[in-house]
Amino acid sequence: MLLPFTVAVAAGEPYLDWRVENAAINSPLGGLQGNPSRGRELVIARNKGNCLACHQLPIAEEPFHGTVGPSLVGLASRLSEGEIRLRVVDEKQLNPQTVMPGYYRDPATLNQVAEAYRGRTLLSAQEVEDIVAYLASLK
Amino acid sequence: MRRVLIMVFLFVSVAPVTVAEPVSGSAFLSEETRAMQEDTFANPGMEMVEHGRMLFHKPDEEGHACADCHGEEGWLMDKSRLAGYPRYSEYLERPVTLQQQANVCWEEQMDNFPYVYDCKELVALESYLKFLARGETIHVRSDGPVKPFYEAGKRLYHARFGQLDMACVHCHDQHQGQRLRAQTLSQGQINGFPVFRLSTGRITSLHRRFSECLASFRSEPFLPGSDEYINLELYLGVRSNGLKIETPAVRE
Repeated sequence: MLLPFTVAVAAGEPYLDWRVENAAINSPLGGLQGNPSRGRELVIARNKGNCLACHQLPIAEEPFHGTVGPSLVGLASRLSEGEIRLRVVDEKQLNPQTVMPGYYRDPATLNQVAEAYRGRTLLSAQEVEDIVAYLASLK
Repeated sequence: MRRVLIMVFLFVSVAPVTVAEPVSGSAFLSEETRAMQEDTFANPGMEMVEHGRMLFHKPDEEGHACADCHGEEGWLMDKSRLAGYPRYSEYLERPVTLQQQANVCWEEQMDNFPYVYDCKELVALESYLKFLARGETIHVRSDGPVKPFYEAGKRLYHARFGQLDMACVHCHDQHQGQRLRAQTLSQGQINGFPVFRLSTGRITSLHRRFSECLASFRSEPFLPGSDEYINLELYLGVRSNGLKIETPAVRE
C-alpha cells in the first residue's frame, strides 16, 4: 500500500527549533504526536527516512538491510524516546564526524543544497515524530 | 552522561580516517562483471574506446590527426606518462586532466575549435588513451606547483554537501566495505574511469560520477571541467597512486 506521504510535507513548513538536554530532545517537535505504524513505513521509504540503507531493523519483508550504522533492533531497550529523537533530528550533536544525516537539522547550516530542497529539513516535524514513535516501540 | 560525551568526542577525534592500502573498485564486483571487464570482446565500454581510436586517427579539416605526432595506435606516446594525469601544465600554469591536455593539443597544436569538457569526443579520446595505458601504475604528483590545487581537492573531499550533509570521505573512507542496502561501498578509486555502468548502460566520466554523487546528497553539482572537479580529480588521482589503470572498467 502506498501511503500519501505528501499530506505530512507541507511545502515551506516553518522550521521548529529544538533543544538538547542531557543528550536528548525530550519534547516532541512542535508538541506533535507520532504514529508508529506510519513511522514504520517512513523508515523503509527510500525517499523519506531510508533508514534501511544503513541500519538493520526488524522488518523481515525488506531484503538487504545496510551495515553502515549500528543495528536498531531492540533500540528502545537501550535508549529513551528523547535520546532516540536527538539521534534522528541531528546525530552530529553527539558525533560531529558521523555520516548520518540530521533529519531535522536547521536548513541554514547546510552547504550548497539543490534548489528543490533548499530551506527545507529532510523530513517534516510530523515525519520525525512518526519515526521516533516507531523506533521507541522497538523494545 | 558528560563522561560519555567526552569519550565519544575523544573517539571520533582520534579515530584514524585513512586508507591503508588502495583497493580497486573491481575488487568489489561480482565474478561475472569482473570477467566482463577483463574480456575486451565482452566489455561494453570498448565501444567508446573504439570511437576514441577512430577520432585519434581521423584527420581534421586541415588534414592533421593525433596519430600524425603520437604515432599509429599511439605507439610514440609514453604510456606511463598517461598514468600521471592530472599533471602540472607549464602552459596553463595549473594542473590539467587528460581531457584538457587532449583539448590543448586539438586547439593549440592543430588550430581547431576546442571541445566542451566531457563531450562524447573528449570522453572517447580519454577512454582510448587510458585503454592504451591499461596496466600502467597510477603516479599522480601532489607536490611542487600542484600542491595548492591538491590541498583544495582534499578539502572538497572532506566537505559536507547538500540536504543530506555528507562528504565523499564518509562513504569511501569511513565506511568502505560496508553495505548500503545491497551495494558494497568501494574506496572510490578512480583507476577504472571512464567506466561503463551496467545499471545505466552507458559510459560514465569521472566528473559525471562526481555530479551523480552530489545529486544523491541533494546538492547542486559543480560543472564538468570546473576547477572544483579538477582539484578533486587531482586529489583522488594521488589517492589512487599504486593502482593499475583498468579503463574501461565495468561497474554494476
